[in-house]
Amino acid sequence: MTALLQDVTTLSVRGLRLVRRDLDSMITAVVLPVVILLLFVLVFGGALDTGTEYITYVTPGVILLAAGFGAANTALAVERDMSGGMVERLRSMPVAAWTVLTGHVVASLVKNLVSTAIVFGVSILMRFRPEATALEWVAAVGVILLFVGWITWLAALVGVLVRSPDAASGFTFGVMFLPYVSSAFVPVETLPTWLRGFAEHQPVTPVIETVRALLAGGSVPGEVVALALAWCLGLGLASAVAAGLAFRARR
Amino acid sequence: MTAIVTADGLRKSFARRGAPPTPVLDGLDLEVEEGTVLALLGPNGAGKTTTVRILSTLLRPDAGRVTVAGLDVVADARRVREVISLTGQQVAVDDKLTGAENLTMMGHLAHLPRRAVHSRVEELLAAFDLTAAAGRRVGTWSGGMRRRLDLAAGLLTRPRVMYLDEPTTGLDPRSRQALWDVVRDVVAGGTSVLLTTQYLEEADRLAQSVALVDGGRVVAEGAPAQLKREVGEAGVELDLATAADAARVARVLGSTTVDGTRVRVPTDGSVSHVRSVLVTVEDTGVVPEHWAVRAPTLDDVFLALTGGPGGAERPATAEAAA
Repeated sequence: MTALLQDVTTLSVRGLRLVRRDLDSMITAVVLPVVILLLFVLVFGGALDTGTEYITYVTPGVILLAAGFGAANTALAVERDMSGGMVERLRSMPVAAWTVLTGHVVASLVKNLVSTAIVFGVSILMRFRPEATALEWVAAVGVILLFVGWITWLAALVGVLVRSPDAASGFTFGVMFLPYVSSAFVPVETLPTWLRGFAEHQPVTPVIETVRALLAGGSVPGEVVALALAWCLGLGLASAVAAGLAFRARR
Repeated sequence: MTAIVTADGLRKSFARRGAPPTPVLDGLDLEVEEGTVLALLGPNGAGKTTTVRILSTLLRPDAGRVTVAGLDVVADARRVREVISLTGQQVAVDDKLTGAENLTMMGHLAHLPRRAVHSRVEELLAAFDLTAAAGRRVGTWSGGMRRRLDLAAGLLTRPRVMYLDEPTTGLDPRSRQALWDVVRDVVAGGTSVLLTTQYLEEADRLAQSVALVDGGRVVAEGAPAQLKREVGEAGVELDLATAADAARVARVLGSTTVDGTRVRVPTDGSVSHVRSVLVTVEDTGVVPEHWAVRAPTLDDVFLALTGGPGGAERPATAEAAA
């Protein structure tokens, strides 16, 4: 058990170093979320009526969107390990080789924590005024990280399954789509009926609603929180198990 | 001498979509004597890499049995991994980490005592002549340096058996020479080595015994000196105008191989022997269009030892289908 923990730590440190030294990952983590935030608030924001200051409405959505973009880097990194010699070498050593996936997921969580802090920082400069208590802040960031955890395990699964870097980056396209068709950028009531059904019943909407309510300092409807947690934990666990199995199966 | 690696009757087939499974290993046997180098010599697709993957616990054989240091690679895979190291065809180092970071990471993953990692890393960097570059990212290194780091990563734990899958493919002659020196040092330190190669010269320089692999089985084996005696260290090659001339020259020269208009005579490469061959040819009155002394190639080895060319163009044997 201690050996397993030591392996996860070693490989997480590796994952973080790889992220920090990859220009593409750093731009996706640091620059892109801010650009998206400015784009939505300054360009689209004026035309959108969400009943509140648009920046207050959109900030959580930008963070989740950024997590989706960042996940593509994880899929790429995992694909590189699978097709390069790294996984072969780890498998010939007395380590649980799947921990290499955990290392990438931990790195992604840390990376997204930084992105989240940057987006909150910039939006506060742009007159985002959350009313959350310290505990509500922690809860909000916790829910965001659960979402990131799910998306990253899914990305790791994609990285194990695909056979080329191109296929791995194609993953971005899929997950990018989810926040757009949710309550992240516009209220779902404004969507056409057939799309609203999807938007109301996909994981991003309850996550967004929970984070938004926590930051606004208001009460959060219990069933929304339960739904958000169920989606993130359920899909996260399923993705992690699937990634582990796919990793073992691929020879 | 005792065998540290034994493989008995290895069989492995890979399923292909819409086709019957293709046999890659077809009853392969081998033994690595402790403290020696065994070279698996063969063309692409002979089954060398599949063999190494089975011997290093990455792949289960369909049939047959492998033991490494007395441990079964299927039943005792985890314990086998503690005594082996594998350096695959692809270099397994992180380009974005420095040389020292790469080795330190592998040292931790190999579960070396924490305090021992640093000194072992320094020791290996020095031994592989990488100390000066150790602080730079590996992505900026040359191919030869990356290969040496890759080997060093496999030696952190002083393994009892080291597998090297085509370690010098893609290296320039100087890097190849440097890598051969490293392998000799490793063996001098008590590690047994199994390496795969497509180069006869490499097998000759490094290995105490050579197993010639083709079609998923060992088709010939022996010490390099023995193989060379059969193949000839080098050959005098004569290109003649017609096949009839070639036949005539071959007749007077005795032990030769003829391929169309080309005649090849094994030679030890000495001036006196080459001269005597040329004098004999001159005496027949036939004038070769071109001649040269050439080192034997993998093709020559197959020709001499199996009577046919190696590789995919050879028709599958009847047993392969059984």
